[in-house]
Amino acid sequence: MADEDEIILADLDDDELVQQMHDDLYDGLQDEIVEGVKILLDRKWTPYEVLTKALVEGMTIVGIDFRDGILFVPEVLMAANAMKAGMVILRPLLAETGAPRVGSMVIGTVKGDIHDIGKNLVSMMLEGAGFDVIDLGINNPVENYLDALEEHKPDILGMSALLTTTMPYMKVVVDAMVEKGIRDDYIVLVGGAPLNEAFAESVGADAYCRDAAVAVETAKEMIQAKRDREQAAG
Amino acid sequence: MTVNKRPGDASESIATPRLRLIACGALARELLAIINQLPPDVADLTCLPAAWHNHPEKIVPGIKAKVKAARKAGFTPVVIYGDCGTGGQLDTFLDAENIARIPGPHCYHSFMGEADFDAAMDQELGTFFLTDYMVRHFERIVMKGMGLRDHPHLRDIYFAHYKRVLYIAQTDDATLVEKARQAAATLQLDYDYHYTGYGDYTAFLDNLCSRRQPSVATS
Repeated sequence: MADEDEIILADLDDDELVQQMHDDLYDGLQDEIVEGVKILLDRKWTPYEVLTKALVEGMTIVGIDFRDGILFVPEVLMAANAMKAGMVILRPLLAETGAPRVGSMVIGTVKGDIHDIGKNLVSMMLEGAGFDVIDLGINNPVENYLDALEEHKPDILGMSALLTTTMPYMKVVVDAMVEKGIRDDYIVLVGGAPLNEAFAESVGADAYCRDAAVAVETAKEMIQAKRDREQAAG
Repeated sequence: MTVNKRPGDASESIATPRLRLIACGALARELLAIINQLPPDVADLTCLPAAWHNHPEKIVPGIKAKVKAARKAGFTPVVIYGDCGTGGQLDTFLDAENIARIPGPHCYHSFMGEADFDAAMDQELGTFFLTDYMVRHFERIVMKGMGLRDHPHLRDIYFAHYKRVLYIAQTDDATLVEKARQAAATLQLDYDYHYTGYGDYTAFLDNLCSRRQPSVATS
């Protein structure tokens, strides 16, 4: 028998359910998120609506509270895990229903660095925001980035590093792009705990993204600006 | 927290120390051990919270405040930090202020020395380092601090690409060795051991202090 205070998700109306899913995401409740996603889909919500209104909006709240020091890494990871579980259901449906695509990004952690928590959060949030994300994983030498750019022709190249000792490798990649004459074909975003705006500028990146939410906003703005420029140029 | 070299001494009876070491709290025990081997009254030690490694944005402002206080009290500040995730901002500040810092990006590097550290990374990129400090406080820093005690499944997220724990030991302590072994087992990683002693810290401080010793005697 259900506990007296237990919330039955299926009994909530749409607005209440979405609000509850934001709370559940905040609390990292994976099973509840999966259940909520299924309920909304049963109610004929499009996968895109479920993704954006229930998951991405909820995760954005998590991101803001992380930035403000209210939540810490373990809580963010729990929330991300819950969102990931929802994405497992939505991803094939999104592909099937042709959700709006904003752009594409190749992303990877640089050579010598095996840390990918931040990168994975960025990948997930970008995917949620309508980006096609090609994730190269960890410990990527310059060749991996160049090969992926050649193969996928993304709008954006994203590089991540957690270590002071590995972050200079980002310049190796940008310099290689300059040498090949392809630097201006891509937006280059960088991120990672020890980075800052001055470092991003020094390696020749277009922007430093301090967290996943900033990465999504920056990616959207820069793609729009690029398209505006291209349109103006005819 | 500021710790004098000889806590039991009457401060009025000793010359004013000339160097103030501004260090990460994770190094306090080791630095005190080194200071105790130096000539008397050359240096004292003040520490910032070790937990700031999870908030590197606090490190430079914290060091700035300590530098200001040290100079106001007549000390020459010396910083015993790596870059420690400040993204070069620490060195930018220290260069502008002409303040010495032990070379190297982080304490693992300074304990092992560059050649041994590079060899360890070449051997296994997925190496999770434990120092004496981290072994002593493993439960608080890693298990509780990273949320693993409450959410054990986070282990697969944090340590997905790690293969081994490398305990770089500052002291020869069988109890710590056993704790380090247990830590590796808890994280489901292989275990390796490498004795470093106090590594580059000893030579760095010896060098600094020996250069300053004559002026200390007259101050």
